[in-house]
Amino acid sequence: MAGIPHDHYEPGSKGEKWLHSRLPIVGLLYDTIMLPTPKNLNWMWIWGAVLTFCLALQIITGIVLAMHYTPHVDEAFASVEHIMRNVNGGHMLRYLHANGASLFFIAVYAHIFRGLYYGSYKAPREVTWIIGMLIYLLMMATAFMGYVLPWGQMSFWGATVITGLFGAIPFIGDALQTLLLGGPAVDNATLNRFFSLHYLFPFLIAGLVIVHIWAFHTTGNNNPTGVEVRRGSKEEAEKDTVPFWPYYIIKDVFALSVIMVIFFAIVGFMPNYLGHPDNYIEANPLATPAHIVPEWYFLPFYAILRAFTADVWVVQIVSFLTGGIIDAKFFGVLAMFGAILVMAVAPWLDTSSVRSARYRPMLKLWFAILVIDFFLLMWLGAMPAEEPYASLSLIASAYWFGYFLVILPLLGVLEKPTVQPKTIEDDFNNKNAKSVEMPAE
Amino acid sequence: MNIKFLNRSLLKFSAACALVANSAFAAGGGDQYVKDFDFSFEGPLGSFDQNQLQRGLKVYTEICSACHGLKYVPIRTLADEGGLGYSEEQVRAYAENYEIFDAELDDYRPARPTDHFPEIVDAGAPDLSLMAKARAGFHGPMGTGINQFVKGMGGAEYIASLLAGYTGEEKEEFGTVFYENTAYPGRWIAMAPPLYGEDVDFDDGHSNELKYEAMDVAAFLTWAAEPKMMARKHVGFRAVLFLILLSALLYATNKTLWAPIKKRAA
Repeated sequence: MAGIPHDHYEPGSKGEKWLHSRLPIVGLLYDTIMLPTPKNLNWMWIWGAVLTFCLALQIITGIVLAMHYTPHVDEAFASVEHIMRNVNGGHMLRYLHANGASLFFIAVYAHIFRGLYYGSYKAPREVTWIIGMLIYLLMMATAFMGYVLPWGQMSFWGATVITGLFGAIPFIGDALQTLLLGGPAVDNATLNRFFSLHYLFPFLIAGLVIVHIWAFHTTGNNNPTGVEVRRGSKEEAEKDTVPFWPYYIIKDVFALSVIMVIFFAIVGFMPNYLGHPDNYIEANPLATPAHIVPEWYFLPFYAILRAFTADVWVVQIVSFLTGGIIDAKFFGVLAMFGAILVMAVAPWLDTSSVRSARYRPMLKLWFAILVIDFFLLMWLGAMPAEEPYASLSLIASAYWFGYFLVILPLLGVLEKPTVQPKTIEDDFNNKNAKSVEMPAE
Repeated sequence: MNIKFLNRSLLKFSAACALVANSAFAAGGGDQYVKDFDFSFEGPLGSFDQNQLQRGLKVYTEICSACHGLKYVPIRTLADEGGLGYSEEQVRAYAENYEIFDAELDDYRPARPTDHFPEIVDAGAPDLSLMAKARAGFHGPMGTGINQFVKGMGGAEYIASLLAGYTGEEKEEFGTVFYENTAYPGRWIAMAPPLYGEDVDFDDGHSNELKYEAMDVAAFLTWAAEPKMMARKHVGFRAVLFLILLSALLYATNKTLWAPIKKRAA
């Protein structure tokens, strides 16, 4: 592996040499876990390990759940109740899986915002970033389809609304929606293909996770300063880094353990808090719930989808210019996917030569507003589409796009960055020298 | 673009708008009032009160089961630990209260413990197996979910409030009689008041005032919806304790591990 110079695996025993000359798998694993990692990483660098854990948790609990679940419209809801009541430990498995999805998204949002703040998306880590975005898209697809499987009211009506979005695409929308549903409406065919894909996608995610890790192991980790590890020699690199094992694995496991305290408290004591009560009512195509809301992790983008109604002037202009091909509904769909797309192309929108927001006083402020904006959108996504929420949604959506399309490109020109440390070692030493001296005073 | 597509998408869009408009009412809860009853099973350490569950079963059997089924609940689970805790003989005797249709016999026969409570479709009343999880008594404030975090989802509170929430007013609309109920969203419910107080005599001599009957059956329905709640809380409690201990040890490990690296820096 290219990148930071470090010691590589040397097969010692005869057996190791035998295997290494045929399949250097031990060497690959060794280099992966002994990766020189910047020694100044803060607590926001734990989320990758948490995410890996979540993926494993979801796959393991999911595979066992699939052994007891029946993907048929007449049986699905009852089979979930069978899991909850008759399968040994089934209620725990299901609650772990359902709440595991929420933990997964908490972690991925923290991970993404970490990347946005410390400029982890910037050269040379664009490919890591893009793959990360693909993983995030697949996660959303997987979570969405998984929520349909219990075949409750929210499952059914959520599926109806969301697949309806694809129907809004001009010309091919109808055909695409029919293909997605396996028929004219959400029915048994939909449930079957969603089950199949819900089982498949996590393995695609696992594949992409390997590529994601491969990519940043090639470039090396970013770190809170955004300053690169010195690579002139092994000795120089060692001043800036520590090996991933044991330093960061132990740190990550500790962080994971703390997060698990909260996670198990939720699973044990309030496992339905993050779900919707309506999903304990079996799907009924004839009775629409009063209030269709997606899961909390979709709410920010759901708010963006709903913000662009037919009376918004931007929508009217675009609709006029395209001769009505882009109507309000399709505009909303474009905005929703666009909101993720602008995030994905952030590496090319950010013009600043400085990576970390720590040394970008103006970005710090705009980024703080972006985080508030994200939570505001999340809240707005759960509120009814009426005033003042409609106008607020529009403003909040505009800021989301404004941050990526206007602020990031402009700041590179307008902002005067503060002084960055010369090396990671300097940063690490400064921080620890302070913390050690303090009590002595 | 063809007319069909336009029509369909218009239809869908207007349907979506209507849904969202409706929700204004549902989200706020409006004039709905749900009392925050104290149940023994609330909180991380709360557990079901076996006597209360047994009283609730009696209310269900004598009153609710006339119209409402419990189709997901196997009768044998009445003997489960962490629930009603009846003996197998008692459960067998109880099961015989019900006649169920046996597809193999192509006839009705008395229920056995391995059967589920019957599903009742004729009355047009919803099944109660999951009712305590399918309703949220508490909402907001302002869509934040803080009330649900503090007070719980409020399924049992909703049921108890509903049963004790009739004002006595009725009205007739299009041939259907509606009864005013302070806990029901929209205030007018089609179900006639099922409980008035002193409807059943409890074997343990507990008061059978309306409030207690309502609470007892709400507790029973909470068990029916979440029969493994005790097991789940035990797992949760042990996991949390174990993980706190593990976290403390890992904290120490991590600190020791990093100490030489940080010391060198200082």
